[in-house]
Amino acid sequence: MARVFLMQTRAEMLKFWRVPAFAFFSLGLPLIIFTFFGLRQATQPLYPHAAITVGTYVMASMAAYTVGNVMVFSFGMALAIERGQKQDVLLRASPLPPVIYLLAKVVNAALFALVALIVLFVFAHFTASVNLAADTWVTLAGRLLLGSIPFIGLGLGFGYLVGPNAAPAVINFVYLPTAFASGIFIPVNQLPDFIRGLAPYLPLNPFVELGWNAIGFPTDRAVSTDVLYLLAYAVGFFALALWAYRRDTAAKFA
Amino acid sequence: MPHAIELIGASKKYGKFEALKNVSFAIEKGSLVAMLGPNGAGKTTSINLMLGLRRPTAGKALIFGNDPRSIATRRRFGAMLQESGVPQLLKVTELVELFRSYYPKPLPAAQVVKLVGLEEKAGTLVKDLSGGQTQRLYFALAICGDPEVLFLDEPTVGMDVEGRRIFLRAIRNFAAGGKTVLLTTHYLEEADELAERILVIDKGNLIADGSPQEIKSRVAGSKISFTSAAPLDPAALNGLPVSASDVSDHRVTLMTNDPQVVLRELFRRNVDMSNLEVRGADLEEAFLSLTGGG
Repeated sequence: MARVFLMQTRAEMLKFWRVPAFAFFSLGLPLIIFTFFGLRQATQPLYPHAAITVGTYVMASMAAYTVGNVMVFSFGMALAIERGQKQDVLLRASPLPPVIYLLAKVVNAALFALVALIVLFVFAHFTASVNLAADTWVTLAGRLLLGSIPFIGLGLGFGYLVGPNAAPAVINFVYLPTAFASGIFIPVNQLPDFIRGLAPYLPLNPFVELGWNAIGFPTDRAVSTDVLYLLAYAVGFFALALWAYRRDTAAKFA
Repeated sequence: MPHAIELIGASKKYGKFEALKNVSFAIEKGSLVAMLGPNGAGKTTSINLMLGLRRPTAGKALIFGNDPRSIATRRRFGAMLQESGVPQLLKVTELVELFRSYYPKPLPAAQVVKLVGLEEKAGTLVKDLSGGQTQRLYFALAICGDPEVLFLDEPTVGMDVEGRRIFLRAIRNFAAGGKTVLLTTHYLEEADELAERILVIDKGNLIADGSPQEIKSRVAGSKISFTSAAPLDPAALNGLPVSASDVSDHRVTLMTNDPQVVLRELFRRNVDMSNLEVRGADLEEAFLSLTGGG
């Protein structure tokens, strides 16, 4: 079993790194956005007398954006493409246990997200003089990786519902505006009124709060409340994914 | 000991369409069997039931007496499917290594790659293979686990002559080691060349089951057609070695394995014939004679 898992994870990684566009989009885009929002007054306090700098705050926001993006895209795109090419048919006739298939994808996505985080951290450190205590870096990365589980469910749901050609557009159409509305790029209190009321209930909002809290930014809710929100989203999104999976397989394998 | 492969009263409906109608057969361990039939006859549906990719509407499909859907049973068979895909961004060897890891006692990867004649493409990405090479890769994935049972659904479709030759040899080599092989094809020659037993399937029914010799003797090889000035008296065909006939107004079509005898007799009986044509029957027509229709 261990060997199947290792081989499957290795294959997932090879496939992943051979799509330069995806690697660039996941690793490079957060750096570009960070440059726009984070480099201006990067070393200034976020607000008068704040202990954290503008650069640190924007980096934490972008870290959440990056991890969520990797999860939703890697699962959504990979599954949509695999279904489009009918890879699922041969796998279903093979002795590969479905759990291993899924677990290999999770490990691959988590490792990729970790790499993307490290790239962002290093970039922010050198361009915006972001300095955190060693354990703060680890807490920030650890919380975001664990907290991203609901977005795996969302990615799986997209993967089973959307075709391979529509997937990038549909996922972007949902993910990007949600990121804006959740206060990742612009603070929630600067958003239009009707979105401000909605923001706390969007899944990316409790997620980015986990990151802000890790770097010492006073968030609206306690970490425990954010975790509860994310748990509820995890249940909801995985239920959606399961429904979409059953809908897909009922058509093909009944 | 249970049969290697068994269908018991298996039926499959897709909506109102009956793709398979109460089909039963058993295949013993170690035999090489071809399932022959025209497109849409129910071959792929049968294979999908045996692989557990589809559920029978009625009846059962068993591999060594077990449900093909269990992982333990799947470790005992390999499959080459007609409509399926593999990751395009893996290299040939990487993909073979991956599928090997799914099975308890796989064949060495290098041996598998050599067996299917892809040594020179071992380091090539799947997306850069030709159609025939991709077919051979699918075959490599089907056999790399050294499975006891091998399913091949239309394995030679889209292959050139050379590719087909290498491929048929590889199937024979694999089967020689006491393996059970079931392949589908719509080429009678291919079934004849490879298999020791042929199952003929048409419109969802199993219509013949026997050795290649038996099947060939029942299938009409030639088609005679002509136009007669006056409507043909059906009695004119009495006693002729014709396996199927179609008399529609002035146009007459006969299926036979003995065109010389039939023609000589028709001339002797002074049957009026114009636009006479004799040619080899294609598979669809050959099957018509097996089903006795026409």
